[in-house]
Amino acid sequence: MLKTPLHRLHIELGAKMGPFAGYEMPLWYPDKILAEHHHTRTASSVFDISHMGQASIIGAQGANELEALIPTCLEDLPINGMRYCCLTNEQGGILDDLIVSRLGNRYHLVMNAARKGHDLQHLRENLSDCEVLEQTDHALIAFQGPLASEVLHRFCPEACDLDFMTISEFRISGVDCIVSRSGYTGEDGFEISIPAQGATELVAELLGEPQVKPAGLGARDSLRLEAGLRLYGQDMDTGTTPVEAGIDWTISKARRAGGTRAGGFPGSDIILRQLDNGTDRKLAGLVLDGKAPARTGAQIVLGDGRVIGHVTSGTVAPSFGAPVAMGYVASKQAVPGNEVNILLRGKAHAAKVVRLPFIRHRYHKID
Amino acid sequence: MSDTRYTEDHEWARLEGDDTATVGITDFAQEQLGDIVFIELPTVGEAFDAGEELAVIESVKAAAELKSPLSGTVIEVNEELEDSPETVNMHPTEDGWFCRVKIQDTEEFEELMGSDEYSDYLSNLE
Repeated sequence: MLKTPLHRLHIELGAKMGPFAGYEMPLWYPDKILAEHHHTRTASSVFDISHMGQASIIGAQGANELEALIPTCLEDLPINGMRYCCLTNEQGGILDDLIVSRLGNRYHLVMNAARKGHDLQHLRENLSDCEVLEQTDHALIAFQGPLASEVLHRFCPEACDLDFMTISEFRISGVDCIVSRSGYTGEDGFEISIPAQGATELVAELLGEPQVKPAGLGARDSLRLEAGLRLYGQDMDTGTTPVEAGIDWTISKARRAGGTRAGGFPGSDIILRQLDNGTDRKLAGLVLDGKAPARTGAQIVLGDGRVIGHVTSGTVAPSFGAPVAMGYVASKQAVPGNEVNILLRGKAHAAKVVRLPFIRHRYHKID
Repeated sequence: MSDTRYTEDHEWARLEGDDTATVGITDFAQEQLGDIVFIELPTVGEAFDAGEELAVIESVKAAAELKSPLSGTVIEVNEELEDSPETVNMHPTEDGWFCRVKIQDTEEFEELMGSDEYSDYLSNLE
């Protein structure tokens, strides 16, 4: 089992550890998931996400070559900008979702832990004029919540000038870090890449502030689900397209039919056709009546018992106590307000289709 | 003195009277599950064999089950858990009981682990 640079700190903090994508990761700390979830929504939490892949793409043709693999416009990505995007396959399926940032003359990538090996191989095979360097000597933390900025200001006031989805390099407590204003909780917050050697000290310093607590992968999952953020491997995979997954906004205008650099990415014929004609199924948000949560794989049916889809993620939303889920349903049924049933242990439970996210995002956007 | 016995799946059963047992999950089990957010209890009158799924326990993270430690018929359920499933996290062996069962065979009860044996079993897990 792989360990992150913060492993020892998790043990000292009393974390319940569990396996995730080959790493032994903190699932929750002694306060447990619900308290960690609420603390993130009301104050701030530190999550170890060092299992995620970090890499640099170096080469004059970086944007061009990446655009041949990704349906997002990267040619016009400004320095210190970042974009959420997908690597696609020839069928238009999603190989991974990732963040591409521009730092000086290089592109900085953050990929899913379970997909990083695959992604790096895919990038190396296809980026002929670029160097692909995996950054294995850096920890990555997410520092999330409405008080994260106030706390980070004490350590690095300049980093708090970052706007949502921007990134830059800063020195924090004597350590050179890459800080972005981004996250996976729906709250304002930062992701900070820290050299492995100095990571434990810096995280301990943050945790020394009264507004900060540690949070594990359990809370990360319930927070992202409430925020309507898809999880690779559950809500999307190689068999679902960005259009089906409802993240068609990642397909830039320039890459669409009639755009200045239309198409030219794997599966573009299929994806561009879906943008025009729609898809048979779509990822929908669902809120269930009652208290029982629907889990991955639960069937979504109509009143007459006809199966129209299945749940891909679900839990009881800690922020408002109701069971919520995301799942694929026939597009005709994926209309907010539409009433469906979800089968749990053979019994039909009423559910309603709702617009995602379940909670309003509170990102830091300067208009 | 009440006699409490344990299963390898971390359920407990407490003998009350000659043929009635109260059933729940152990502190170890609730700790493993984390925050419990939903419990589906059996119906009074339902009969179960030992090892059969008696209740569903949902934590924020995942679903688990309570397997019946004994064969018998449910005579009472702890309805409080429907509104306050977190009681199982707080008091797993007291207010967090799941149901009372009229047991068929007290020998089945005798075969479960006693508290010393369960403690040893736990320390071997860690």
